[in-house]
Amino acid sequence: MNLIAKRYSVLPGFGLSLGYALFWLGLIVLLPFAALALNASTLGWTAFIEQVSAPRVLASLQLSFGAALIAASVNALMGFLVAWVLVRYSFPGKRFVDALIDLPFALPTAVAGIALTTIYAPNGWLGRYLDPLGIKVAFTPLGIVVALIFVSLPFVVRTVQPVLEDLEKELEEAATCLGAGRWQIFRRVIFPAVLPALLTGSAMAFARATGEFGSVIFIAGNIPLVSEIAPLIIISKLEQFDVAGATAVAVVMLALSFFVLFLINLLQWWTARRHGMK
Amino acid sequence: MSIEIRNIEKRFGNFTALDKVSLTVESGELLALLGPSGCGKTTLLRIIAGLEQPDAGQVLFEGRDATHQHVAERQVGFVFQHYALFRHMTVFDNVAFGLTVRPRKVRPEAGEIRERVMQLLKMVQLDWLADAYPAQLSGGQRQRIALARSLAVEPRVLLLDEPFGALDAKVRKDLRRWLRKLHDDMHITSVFVTHDQEEALEVSDRVVVMDHGHIEQVGRPDDIYEQPATPFVTRFLGDVNLFHGRVEDGRFTHGDFAHALSTEAAAGNEQAVAYVRPHDLDLARARDGALAAGTVEHIHAVGPLVRVEVVPERGDAIEVVLGKERFRELALVPGEQVYVTARKLAVFSGDYAI
Repeated sequence: MNLIAKRYSVLPGFGLSLGYALFWLGLIVLLPFAALALNASTLGWTAFIEQVSAPRVLASLQLSFGAALIAASVNALMGFLVAWVLVRYSFPGKRFVDALIDLPFALPTAVAGIALTTIYAPNGWLGRYLDPLGIKVAFTPLGIVVALIFVSLPFVVRTVQPVLEDLEKELEEAATCLGAGRWQIFRRVIFPAVLPALLTGSAMAFARATGEFGSVIFIAGNIPLVSEIAPLIIISKLEQFDVAGATAVAVVMLALSFFVLFLINLLQWWTARRHGMK
Repeated sequence: MSIEIRNIEKRFGNFTALDKVSLTVESGELLALLGPSGCGKTTLLRIIAGLEQPDAGQVLFEGRDATHQHVAERQVGFVFQHYALFRHMTVFDNVAFGLTVRPRKVRPEAGEIRERVMQLLKMVQLDWLADAYPAQLSGGQRQRIALARSLAVEPRVLLLDEPFGALDAKVRKDLRRWLRKLHDDMHITSVFVTHDQEEALEVSDRVVVMDHGHIEQVGRPDDIYEQPATPFVTRFLGDVNLFHGRVEDGRFTHGDFAHALSTEAAAGNEQAVAYVRPHDLDLARARDGALAAGTVEHIHAVGPLVRVEVVPERGDAIEVVLGKERFRELALVPGEQVYVTARKLAVFSGDYAI
């Protein structure tokens, strides 16, 4: 520590600014977590297990994380495609489409939820045609996935886009001169270069999707054991003044989120190492 | 393999990058395209590679029209200024790339690829870096790997776009000597683009000097240096002093001074400009055979040569470069009045050499 602090830097006040940054981080991020853990610990071990292993809780956790995983995977694919189209081609209205990507960021999630429900309800614009085919979207887990895809789309597009833009044209030209075909260039030159950004974007999309509440509750229908998401369980427990029970579920969500983020970070570290960037 | 370029034209919007350029590259020679930035040299190289399509004209490889042939079919090796190495691949995989992307039928076996890549890495003296990633290499090493990668597919032509442009002076010098040696061993027809006249003159068999989409002169390095065909070439190849005057009766006159021309000059009375390199000038205290007179303004005596700045009564300062010996002999002091004599001058009237 001594060594770092004594190293010369152009910016003065290293100690003060570091202290302030850590204090701020602690206040904003770590303190709520600590409170959460403390609250859950009042429950006792057996009661905690009992709370989180209730069938309704288990089903909701499975739904929340499963739907988020599907949504993130779909977005990894489609988001990459959208980013590719926006970077590689020019077409009329491109700037408009580009601006449209950020809409899910800007839109209040409740508005998104209502809009999606209106479209996919059995008597909605799209639902009316899907219903006779036996495809039910609204008030089913499928609806939840659709909502999650909607809200987490910008993450993948906005992380992949700049990396694709920065990819030098020379790399492709070099590959062409060496006799590579288009598909080979994509698979062996472009995709590996974009992969770290794609992973980051998907991870952020996943994180956002697991915690999504506003847009989901409208379209989910909230049927216990079928389409009830974990954040809703927490809310309903709180409404019944079961604070300890709510925090127990919250702690499990927190642990799972951490675990998934850790896995993705590990994967990123591995690709970065493999690509000689570290 | 020989390359023939016939009346190539290329425009980018209103800007004419190449204006009816014709050029022949002999089989096995190392040719330099030299010129200032924006003169069209890189565009010409990219057209030879097939990375750019000409608006008009033809490119012939060994007499056969290759103008509309796809890059991948031309079998050219291209080396980029900024290396363009694949960052996520090891040095080995980079060099092997051209072999591993071949269709299965013509792809060499893994063992054969391994052998060939290691052989190339040995040739560029970097076989100990096979498992490293490009990010871990220095600029000079990266460019050598890029060269090995382009040679792996056994190209018929090697094209290099400012290959040493991004390197520092010392590495640059080493690498260009090394490139010359490599070319002497392999004899692959090579064209390289540079804006550094020293580099072009030192490395290449022949130099093509370009400006504004035109070829100004083609020739062997010493011919180009000793007998520049145009004022542009004279100026571009190094520092030069300009003397404005007239050509009459086999003499070049500049103010009150005159210099006898060795060549049969035009008899007429013509406006002309004499270009003289600083090291082709000498200083004297006698007026005989002088081209100008002036006052010694500055003396920079650093290194083996002495740079003397002489300011005439009218016109720009004249730069004279003397050897240390000659400088001592003259024992010049600043403020002294001296005469400037020329050993060799290139006289141009308009754009024509006299």
